[in-house]
Amino acid sequence: MLLEINPLVLPDIGLVFWNTIAFLLLLVVLGKFAWKPILKAISDREQGIEEALAKADKMKADITAMQNENEALLAKAREERATLIKDAKEASEKMVADAKDKAKSEYERIVADAQVAITQQKNAALTEVKNQVGTLVVEVAEKVLRRELSNKAEQETYIKQIADGVKLN
Amino acid sequence: MACRPIKSILALCLSLFLLLNSTKILANDTTAVATEHVAKEEGSFNVTETILEHIKDDHSWHLWGHLSISLPVILYSPQGLEIFSSSHFLNEHHENVVYEGKQNYKLFDGKTKVVNAAGEIDIAASKKLWDFSITKNVASLFISVFILLLVFLTASAAYKKTGIKTAPKGVQSFMEPIILFVRDEIAIPNIGAKRFARYMPFLLTIFFLILTNNFLGLIPVFPGGANVSGNIAFTMTLAVFVFIVVNLSSNKNYWEHIFWMPGMHWSMKLFLAPIELIGVFNKPISLMIRLFANITAGHILVLSLVCLIFIFKTIYASAIAVPFVVFIGLIELLVAFLQAYIFTMLTAMYIGMATEEAHHAAHDEVGATNNNAHH
Repeated sequence: MLLEINPLVLPDIGLVFWNTIAFLLLLVVLGKFAWKPILKAISDREQGIEEALAKADKMKADITAMQNENEALLAKAREERATLIKDAKEASEKMVADAKDKAKSEYERIVADAQVAITQQKNAALTEVKNQVGTLVVEVAEKVLRRELSNKAEQETYIKQIADGVKLN
Repeated sequence: MACRPIKSILALCLSLFLLLNSTKILANDTTAVATEHVAKEEGSFNVTETILEHIKDDHSWHLWGHLSISLPVILYSPQGLEIFSSSHFLNEHHENVVYEGKQNYKLFDGKTKVVNAAGEIDIAASKKLWDFSITKNVASLFISVFILLLVFLTASAAYKKTGIKTAPKGVQSFMEPIILFVRDEIAIPNIGAKRFARYMPFLLTIFFLILTNNFLGLIPVFPGGANVSGNIAFTMTLAVFVFIVVNLSSNKNYWEHIFWMPGMHWSMKLFLAPIELIGVFNKPISLMIRLFANITAGHILVLSLVCLIFIFKTIYASAIAVPFVVFIGLIELLVAFLQAYIFTMLTAMYIGMATEEAHHAAHDEVGATNNNAHH
């Protein structure tokens, strides 16, 4: 046979037999008690690291989102504060203006009322003066008429006296 | 951390290579003693015989000087099973003698043969003889199995003990990068992330078994020194396992690409089918030959360089031989790893090709890649 020319390339059945047994033994024993647990441990660790990294990334993203949210909230609050201040200012200005307007109109009303009252009293006073003057005239006329009957000179003096006695006030 | 074990292994290998020279001299001395009368007659040193003797399997494991371990011989013949020590094959002068068991046995070129009364080989009876002896290679294989079990069961226990939260320590930290290398550089790229997990135990076992035997083969003294991964029986067995695994996991798409290549003219399909069919067997055969040839060649190279000293018959030849042996030894360390990697990588590639799903859109491309891979 061709293979027998070189003893190196002629396989011995003994080594084939023992090698088959040795290889199958290694495959079964190492497969069950070494490769499986080792590979599982390695992949578990890798998965753990991956998860931890993903978690860290997520937390980072969460923190960033939170910061953004905070900033947005702050900006909104600032805006609201500005609006509030502006509104308050406007309201107070309006109040002051309203108060001023009201005071002015009240004043005008009071003044107008006072004028009306003054006019009324003036008229009333004039009317009374007129009435008194009328009465006095009648009285004077009565007294004059009575004195006329006795003395002319005296009559005139008397009228003068009465006229002096009339005080228009 | 990971650097320290590598350094110590390198240092160990280097010092063992330096040791090799002294032990090899002794070893060759004994060879010279064994073949004393022949050597005296010829007055020369048979390099080929010496080298082949160191590369071939043996029934005893030479330690140093005249000391060697006799390994058990296990024979199965129609006469039944026989177990006896290989020391019975040698007399006190280290000469081959006939052992009288159920039949008469004698070693010829390290192989057990049945001999007749005249001391000649009984060819018919020898053909019925099955030799399951624990030879040097088998013993070395058992040592590597023991080492592998010890190392990886320890590593596995470490994972159980420390859990997955802590960083790996000791043997665990040394083996984890290699396991990850097999997974991330060999299995996943060739088989794909979906299916690789099923084949990981097979690939890891093949890788570490070859690697351990390659390294053990580089150690010139016991417990190394055997040439297991450079033995055709060893590589053949692994190649057969690869053949079985690849074909058991093959799908319809794989066989379609072999017998009726899609996207080709029918004449081309007819032409390609036998070539592809040969490829099915060629793939494991190439694995077998590649590992055997690489490791054996390395051993022959180292032994040849050492033999220079005996060819020139002067100790000064070692001034050239030793640095070369160290240099080749370092390259052999690389080759030991490289061949384990290549064997496993090609196995993964063959499995990947056999399990690849058909994707019709890129059919021509797939065909092209398969073709390239085959040739």
